[in-house]
Amino acid sequence: MTQHLSRTALYDTHVALDGRMVPFAGWEMPLQFQGILAEARAVRATAGLFDVSHMGRIWLRGAQAADLLDWVTTADVPSVALNRARYTLVCNEAGGIIDDCIFYRLGDQEYLLIANAANRDAVWSWLQRWRTDRFPSVELDDRTLDVGMIAFQGPQTPALLDRVAPGLADELRPFRCAQTKVAGVEALVGRTGYTGEDGFEIMPAMSDAPKLWSLLQELGAVPCGLGARDVLRLEAGLLLHGTDMDVDRNPIEAGLERFVALDSESVCVEALRSIQRSGPAQRLAGFQMVGRGIARHGYAIFSRGETVGEVTSGGYSPTLDRSIGLGYVASELAPLGSRLSIDIRGKLVDAETVALPFYSRRRA
Amino acid sequence: MYPTDRRYTKEHEWVVLEDDGRALVGITEYAQEQLGDVVFIDLPKPGSKLAQNEKLGEVESVKAVSDLFSPVSGEVAEVNRELLDHPEMINEDPNSKGWMVRLASVAPADVQGLMSAEQYEEYLASLG
Repeated sequence: MTQHLSRTALYDTHVALDGRMVPFAGWEMPLQFQGILAEARAVRATAGLFDVSHMGRIWLRGAQAADLLDWVTTADVPSVALNRARYTLVCNEAGGIIDDCIFYRLGDQEYLLIANAANRDAVWSWLQRWRTDRFPSVELDDRTLDVGMIAFQGPQTPALLDRVAPGLADELRPFRCAQTKVAGVEALVGRTGYTGEDGFEIMPAMSDAPKLWSLLQELGAVPCGLGARDVLRLEAGLLLHGTDMDVDRNPIEAGLERFVALDSESVCVEALRSIQRSGPAQRLAGFQMVGRGIARHGYAIFSRGETVGEVTSGGYSPTLDRSIGLGYVASELAPLGSRLSIDIRGKLVDAETVALPFYSRRRA
Repeated sequence: MYPTDRRYTKEHEWVVLEDDGRALVGITEYAQEQLGDVVFIDLPKPGSKLAQNEKLGEVESVKAVSDLFSPVSGEVAEVNRELLDHPEMINEDPNSKGWMVRLASVAPADVQGLMSAEQYEEYLASLG
């Protein structure tokens, strides 16, 4: 069976840059250009560029837009001011995580919700269902194919952006957004990202994405692929939906309580209050390997000879030069310093729980 | 161009006979390219006896784990311990500094039975 893969407007750019293209959530995306570790290091040291146009971009408009978003997410949406962005979870009635998203408040009655590529359809259906049921006046508009998205990440990005959009970096504090021009190209710019580094996510018309990409590359930003993105987000302790959490996990056990407004009415709030009261049986913990080896998704976690959980993400951290990972463990083992062992292809290797994030940038 | 002083396997390993009859084993340029950044390597203990095609160790890149297989039968005389701290040498110099194990008690006929550089290049071409 051949799978039909979508391509972003940057496909030709990636191929011209010798990107190694791979299927990802129905899209043909670059896994790497010069190399995963070199790209990850560039983002930590200078500036990197990622094509994230495959992610879903869904607009909600109308008098009930805030109410619909408030209902399907864990955020207190009406409290979010104009031109602000917020990380949130889209959950079902049981508190299961349908997706993790960022939304931007673009107007009094206008929001933009960014969904993971793999969950775009699920998020869309969930929005449609509640629109039909409770908030019929909301206009939903999936503009994923019309609007591109480039993540521009790294400590040098504010200075570099200043050359093509003077004053913008100063104006945009973290988790703010503005409709503006970058080197003459109309774009929505948010000071957001998924790398643990300072940076911006820039959304021009899809047809302008190649022009903007070349421009940012000329400023010195290094093209980066999905591989580097995964390394960077793990170092920053950022979860990946479908890997570290899914519809069978809830935000409490995933360690995302701080993104749950338990006093704001929503489809999931009753379930989450109850989980919060009783305490989850397992919690997501960060760990580092004490022995030699790399933990990978799906490996069993042991403590005192018993299986206590499972690795969800693991890898080598180039920034810390250490082998790190995330996994669900029995809640009593989640606190720092718990001794664990990971079954690495039949060999038990020592690990210990550590604080998240593994890496945090120095703030100016 | 693959060095002609050595022989190659379909598992993308190379083996070269040294003057004293021992053999060095490593992975090919193609293998390191396919793996991407190598971040971890597990090698056998010196003294281990390996049969041809027996698992010799593991090499792990950012993306995935791959098994290494012994291209020939022999006894592990030495492993390249530098790779334990610097696995990136496998990417940087797979043909020399990235060697993995030195085998003793190797039958030269085992080595001769493997692919020549030319045959290996044809094999790579057939992989598309």
